[in-house]
Amino acid sequence: MSDVIYLDNNATTMVAPEVVEAMLPFFGDMYGNASSMHSFGGQVGKYIAAAREQVAALLGAHPEEIIFTSCGTESDNTAIQSALLAQPDKKHIVTTRVEHPAVLNTVQYLEKRGYKATYLGVDAKGRLDLDELRAAIRKDTALVSVMYANNETGNMYPIPEIAAIAAERGVLFHTDAVQAVGKTPFSLADMPVNYLALSGHKLNAPKGVGVLYARKGTPVRPLLKGGHQERGRRAGTENSPYIVGLGKACELAGKYMNEERTRVRVLRDRLENGLLERISDCIVNGDTENRLPNTSSIAFKYVEGEAILLLLDEHGICASSGSACTSGSLEPSHVLRAMGVPFTFAHGSIRFSLSRYTTDGQIDAVLRVMPSIIARLREISPFAAHARQMEQAGKDACEGCGNARICGQ
Amino acid sequence: MWDYTAKVREHFLNPRNVGAIEDADAVGEVGSLACGDALKLYLKIDRESDRITDAKFQTFGCASAIASSSALTELIIGKTLDEALKVTNKDIAEYLGGLPKEKMHCSVMGEEALAAAINQYRGKSVGDGQHGGKIICRCFGVTEETIRRAIRENRLATVEEVTHYTKAGGACGMCIPEIRRILEEENGAGTDGKLVELKPVSKKKMTNIQRMQLIMKTIDEEIRPRLEQDGGDIELVDVDGLSVRVALRGRCTSCPSSQVTVKNLVEQTLRDHVDQDIVVEEVGA
Repeated sequence: MSDVIYLDNNATTMVAPEVVEAMLPFFGDMYGNASSMHSFGGQVGKYIAAAREQVAALLGAHPEEIIFTSCGTESDNTAIQSALLAQPDKKHIVTTRVEHPAVLNTVQYLEKRGYKATYLGVDAKGRLDLDELRAAIRKDTALVSVMYANNETGNMYPIPEIAAIAAERGVLFHTDAVQAVGKTPFSLADMPVNYLALSGHKLNAPKGVGVLYARKGTPVRPLLKGGHQERGRRAGTENSPYIVGLGKACELAGKYMNEERTRVRVLRDRLENGLLERISDCIVNGDTENRLPNTSSIAFKYVEGEAILLLLDEHGICASSGSACTSGSLEPSHVLRAMGVPFTFAHGSIRFSLSRYTTDGQIDAVLRVMPSIIARLREISPFAAHARQMEQAGKDACEGCGNARICGQ
Repeated sequence: MWDYTAKVREHFLNPRNVGAIEDADAVGEVGSLACGDALKLYLKIDRESDRITDAKFQTFGCASAIASSSALTELIIGKTLDEALKVTNKDIAEYLGGLPKEKMHCSVMGEEALAAAINQYRGKSVGDGQHGGKIICRCFGVTEETIRRAIRENRLATVEEVTHYTKAGGACGMCIPEIRRILEEENGAGTDGKLVELKPVSKKKMTNIQRMQLIMKTIDEEIRPRLEQDGGDIELVDVDGLSVRVALRGRCTSCPSSQVTVKNLVEQTLRDHVDQDIVVEEVGA
């Protein structure tokens, strides 16, 4: 699989070689427990402290505000639980319909346990209406939770503004920043965010490590109870190799941030514009004005996403889809549905997500094979001929057309 | 990633008999763009021998949908119509060396299209549904007949299996109680562990206040959460005996299927939970 073209970096990323190198000693001689009294273990603690500083530096936070966890999902769960347990008289959560399942399913679970939730809708481009947010906050709202960037479309939400609205109303604010960290620069010093979740494997650290940022003075109620690790905010022996790796990954992310905003963005735009030029009947999902520089979600009409992915796979190209068939569900993704993307497009949605390791040659390869993949599937599809017929005869062609029933238009 | 057999992959990458037959003797269509998969099957039939001399297909769908269509054409070319009608979704799946259970509906789609084409050729009305008859799942347009046939041919025992095979119940989930009822009728009570959860509609006569409270509770707990999933909402305007007036809000107001929603989702749910004779009417906002 050496010639794989990996354009699925919003799913997971390659562990950076520098990160692997930084981790290796902790699988070898440096196996001590950071909490031990002896210097053999204690020396590991120093590396963990250094990693904490590296993470804090990337986020514009203080090291003591960084809590190491096992993943983004754990961080999201801890943040939401903390806000609720610390304010037992408040039973209401405001979030969005386009959150990652780590937040969405957690809030839905809480609804079954007696909490109330408001899910903010989005417009056709996936944008929130901040007036709707203002109106949704109630006296008993314990937490507002809005993602920094959406994993499927790459849409970025105005977190500084949203955090300010929550702060003004005296409501705690959490952001799931798993997709944003390392791809777009921001500083928590500039915005009143209470909690932030990040995940190691989305920024070239390994799977199995994450961070919960909790602003000084913000309540934290540990999900895992036990030892005193992470100053009593997350029990369990520190995962020292992974924490050290995540620290290194954050340092690298800071160093290469500009590359994401420049070279990676140029590659993404070349891919997206190239596909739109070469292939008819496709649209970009999301808010192209406010988007991560690495993500492009494109919907191809008349064809189905899983079939596209499998044909891409034949060329060693990795991407993902918001279509129903890939997930085993029968409906397109909740994000595309929340945006009201017509089902005629949603079933053929493909997400390409690039990284700083993506090359010009890889983009060329996708631009080379994608038009023929779509053409091939459209040849098989009953709707392609129909589309041609429509073009020739105009809209009236629907009247009495043999395809009218299955077309659904 | 799906664990497709080599044969599924092969038929997906090199599908047999793709295309349209311009002067086809029969055409069968199932599915739609909105549903996520659709199959249009064309047949050439020799009138003398009643034999399928050629079959071609056009399919919109995932790898297993394309492979199932390809397999279907290979299975039926050369068969008489009566022989072809004996080809079931199981034969299609077996021909391909099996399909993931979540993808069985792709093979059922093949069987459906074949039945539709042959019915058309024989001049039988196919109704507005796939096999004709009452539509159970509005989201995917699945009829009672299709569900019953899938249950019988594949010995399905649970709602989940019915969804895997027919897609029915796979979106909003409102038809799940009806699917349970059909399963119960086909298999006899007690085969599905979930059947015991089925609450019989109470025969006890309710007071007006009790009925009104139950209507409000049902709207709050059963109906509104479903609508909210699609960005809609509902308001109870008035209750007069068995007549319930509601207004749809949010995204529902602009949804072309709001009439369907009122009848099938709101009315059916209230009938299931409150009283069989409830009539729901939508009033303007």
